[in-house]
Amino acid sequence: MLAAAGFHVPNLDYHALAPEIVVAATLAVVLVADLFLDDDNKWLLSNVSGWGLLVALFFTIELGARGHTASMVGGAYVVDDFALVLKGLFLVVGYIVLLMSANYVEEGDYYEGEFYFLILCSLLGMVVMSSARDLITIFVALETLSLPAYMLAGWRKRDLRSNEASLKYYLLGVLASAVMLYGMSLVFGFSGSTLLVDIGKATQGTITHAPLVTVGIFFIAVGFAFKVSAVPFHFWAPDTYEGAPTPVTAFLSVASKTGGFVALLQIIYIGFIGRSDVWGPMFWALAALTMTVGNLIALRQTNIVRLLAYSSIAQAGYILVPFAVAGSNTKSIHSAFTASVVYLLIYAAMNLGAFTVVIAVARKTRSGDIASFGGLYEYAPGLTVLMTVFLFSLAGIPPLAGAWAKIFVFRAVLDSGTSSAVALGIVAAVNAVIALFYYASVARVMWMSPVPDGDRTPIRIPATLQAALGLTVLVVVAIGIYPQLFAHLGDVASLVR
Amino acid sequence: MTVPGAWFLTLAAILFVVGAVGLLVRRNVLVMFMCVELMLNAVNLTFVTFARMLDDIGGQVVVFFVLVVAAAEVVVGLGIIVAIFRRRAGATADDISLLRG
Repeated sequence: MLAAAGFHVPNLDYHALAPEIVVAATLAVVLVADLFLDDDNKWLLSNVSGWGLLVALFFTIELGARGHTASMVGGAYVVDDFALVLKGLFLVVGYIVLLMSANYVEEGDYYEGEFYFLILCSLLGMVVMSSARDLITIFVALETLSLPAYMLAGWRKRDLRSNEASLKYYLLGVLASAVMLYGMSLVFGFSGSTLLVDIGKATQGTITHAPLVTVGIFFIAVGFAFKVSAVPFHFWAPDTYEGAPTPVTAFLSVASKTGGFVALLQIIYIGFIGRSDVWGPMFWALAALTMTVGNLIALRQTNIVRLLAYSSIAQAGYILVPFAVAGSNTKSIHSAFTASVVYLLIYAAMNLGAFTVVIAVARKTRSGDIASFGGLYEYAPGLTVLMTVFLFSLAGIPPLAGAWAKIFVFRAVLDSGTSSAVALGIVAAVNAVIALFYYASVARVMWMSPVPDGDRTPIRIPATLQAALGLTVLVVVAIGIYPQLFAHLGDVASLVR
Repeated sequence: MTVPGAWFLTLAAILFVVGAVGLLVRRNVLVMFMCVELMLNAVNLTFVTFARMLDDIGGQVVVFFVLVVAAAEVVVGLGIIVAIFRRRAGATADDISLLRG
């Protein structure tokens, strides 16, 4: 009967879908197993989730090594090098977040099983997002990654600050989705398709100057500006980051933000590449504002999580810089795309590392004040050195990974070469100096200030946190010394040739 | 007599603006939820109108996805509200201001 109605079963490549299937199966197992496990055995769930992610990562690497590509459902779902590199990033980030949260979740008095289930759901949305090349798929993936994130932000549900974090994130998140969706409806109306490839052809051809398409592109970009917390759409981020549990904050500021950027990369570079006259100036303003405002407000923060929140807003500004300069010539399109992808990969490692140190220190001090880091060197020299490495990497000091991320951004600016691009490059350079002040001031407190309460008992770091620290510092230092590795990944993961 | 598509698009735009302004102006969280629904339904109306004008079923399919996602969003939102109501009476956005923006 279906065949009679003209229905064709879509031809799915299940091998190419293996990472998604493994993550989906794992989250189903975690949800059901949670019902049957005693409280003493709930730790099993974090192991199951972790192994699930590793298996999915194995399939991702295997697909990449074989050079397996697939295009499904008429081009709405594409597995290519870009998708695989980003899927790998999301799975590794998810694994590190699991390592960070294992003890935190076990020692809190809240539900464990649901925590892992929600993290996996959100990760599934991100993994799907990497392959989504259609407005509907992008929308569904974005909601799949956002809805569990709203709940995770309010996971400490008897804490009013966590409730507030969740509510603020939710209200601004759904507002952003609605604005973005309205933009999508306008673009659909004038291009006649939801496929990004078709939209790309249409915006380069017949409908180039329809004013409503301009409005549509504007709305879609505004919607994603909320998701990646770009100024002036950032105001939810510091409150949500402070109120949410710290591992969730790390997850939101790295994985969720990267999810937004992945969608933006695909929409801009495939769908709207012909309309850089609309999004070029927009991203210029967003990037300049995001870097400057994020850094200036970060200067006067006294809470380390809020400081990292504003720092991650400023970092989003650097990732937006390549978008602003991409439109000027074909060479700059390519180097801008690579710069954004490389920055996302490096940012994930250094930001997760910094958050892991904050969690490890807070296990002893029970405080988020920067002052509570005073004299850290006297009783936790290892953590102090690691935190210094992560902070200086975020500041962009060579020979750490963060320096290469910024060099890629500046190369994109130079490849573009227009005067407005150079102006933005100068804004970025000034901001790198401002950022150094607050990163260095945290380092100064750790190395030079006295211990605030005189308690010098050493910090016992659980094995899972040690593993998370080891992985992130390895990436930050290894890329710093051998950047070709990631430059290669960035080139491989290009949607523009 | 048929009503031209532009009228539906204008209606949808008005609904969307009403919803957006309501979300930003109203302070009762439940009313804010309703405003979000208004915005999403304005989007649905736009999609359906364009689907009719272009004679393309794709625009109508989008509406099903939006409806399902909107339902899931409301469930999550109400869950958050219930968590807040248990701690305090009333759901006014201005009262929920422990964290300085």
